[in-house]
Amino acid sequence: MNRHTSPAIELRGTSKAFRTPSGAPHTAVRDLDLVVGRGEFVAVVGPTGCGKSTTLTLVSGLEEPTEGEVLVAGEPVRGIGDKIGFVFQQDAVFPWRTVLSNVMAGPRFRGVPKPEARQRARDWLARVGLASFEDRYPHQLSGGQRKRVALAATFVNDPEILLMDEPFSALDVQTRALMSDELLELWSGTGASVVFVTHDLEESIALADKVVVMTAGPATVKEVFAVDLPRPRKVESIRLEPRFLEIYREIWSSLGEEVRITRERGAAHVA
Amino acid sequence: MSPETVTPAASPAAPDRGDRSRARARAARHHTYLVYGTRVLLLVGLIGLWEGLARAAVIDPFNFSMPSKIWDQAVQWALHGTPQGALWEQVWYTLYEALLGWVIGVFGGVVLGITLGRIRFLADVLGPYIKVLNALPRIVLAPIFLIWFGLGPASKVASAVVLVFFPVFFNAFQGAREVDRNLVANSRILGASNRQVTFQVVIPSATSWIFTSLHVSFGFALIGAIVGEYIGATKGLGLLVAASQGTFNASGVYAAMLILAVVALLAEGLLAFLERRLFRWKPADAGDGR
Repeated sequence: MNRHTSPAIELRGTSKAFRTPSGAPHTAVRDLDLVVGRGEFVAVVGPTGCGKSTTLTLVSGLEEPTEGEVLVAGEPVRGIGDKIGFVFQQDAVFPWRTVLSNVMAGPRFRGVPKPEARQRARDWLARVGLASFEDRYPHQLSGGQRKRVALAATFVNDPEILLMDEPFSALDVQTRALMSDELLELWSGTGASVVFVTHDLEESIALADKVVVMTAGPATVKEVFAVDLPRPRKVESIRLEPRFLEIYREIWSSLGEEVRITRERGAAHVA
Repeated sequence: MSPETVTPAASPAAPDRGDRSRARARAARHHTYLVYGTRVLLLVGLIGLWEGLARAAVIDPFNFSMPSKIWDQAVQWALHGTPQGALWEQVWYTLYEALLGWVIGVFGGVVLGITLGRIRFLADVLGPYIKVLNALPRIVLAPIFLIWFGLGPASKVASAVVLVFFPVFFNAFQGAREVDRNLVANSRILGASNRQVTFQVVIPSATSWIFTSLHVSFGFALIGAIVGEYIGATKGLGLLVAASQGTFNASGVYAAMLILAVVALLAEGLLAFLERRLFRWKPADAGDGR
């Protein structure tokens, strides 16, 4: 792993336990070690509900680790940093704001003057192809368009670190492939480091430089795979390449086991 | 229709489809007329029955009055003034007290509701007291306010305020509590300070909660003002009711009721209009775009 500069994100022996409503502690993440290099696109895959999202909230500063350390750019995380962008699984756009005003929100929160914020927002809206929709309200948009608004609203802050929590899982398959391509395109210019959480292995290989496989919860890193597919990539075509399938098979042999464990636990719960 | 101007492909299907949609529109119109017609008929029938029974002395017109007398009374008040002064003055007084009480109550309720919704510690400390105060039938406070603030508008405003405050407070509190956690997390990531979260995320998402309470609470404000006037006042519709009752003038009580209903309906309409303007972002009126 590249240690010649301080990595963008580093988790050292990080654990996070929550208190469940019944009062019993629930460990979501256990003893997690993870390094994300600068400008690297890392996908985190694991069985559903294993604690992948918790990892992101720890990096973002929304939650504090119970044990261990989380470093961003070599500095321990204290509160929410201004270098972070976070794209959520559910729609997190403001329904009472127009598209333009939604994208302006980040810069405005950070004290950028209105004309400049508007300029930057328009710029990003054009890049996600929503320039003519700036006066619409979110409920007038499709799911894919709302996701584009969320992407524009995140990118407009120029984040050095981009955290994505199954951002496209609510979209239909075609829109999803399209959005993945758009994400790669948007990202390619920024040099941001990305942590992309998903349970879709195909998506993770198509997007990432590195795929991290998590164990069944409590989550910890099981194995890390390098994805040596050339960039720029097109999501739809790359998944047909033989190298893609090779990587897929290799990672699935590791991930499949964890998925089975989770499934058996679920079955045991039902029984 | 000349064949040069009509596109040939559309002609066979179009008239048929046009016919059917026209028939459907006609049926819908018919239904609307029927509903309105029946409504008017019902009203006329009921009023006619009342009038007829009273004139035939089946029911006692002295106690129950009759529509024509009520109308005469209202017209007489409107044209020649009430024993307490001009009718418009009475309406204005009541409206003024109700509105002032409503504004103060809403303001207090929203501010305190949002504050407690945002600051958990305050909510935990004050929660039980607010519950106790809410359990109290607050209309009994009206006589106390009369003692404190005298016969003038202040005592009515006070009773309107206590009636309005609680429903608004609880709705604002709930609204502030039920803000989408995702939305808050997102705005904090985007760089919002606590203040910005409160003003730009919590308050806007609580507005729909608050607005539902505004409708109900304006009615409460009117009740507060009227009851206050009824107990003791120098002006107002409540006083009109009390004075009519004191002289066994049943028509007067009904006429005052009628005027009140009109006033309340107008206020309600204004509120609905404001709400539509404020909630253009809501999916409910999405159909026509803008």
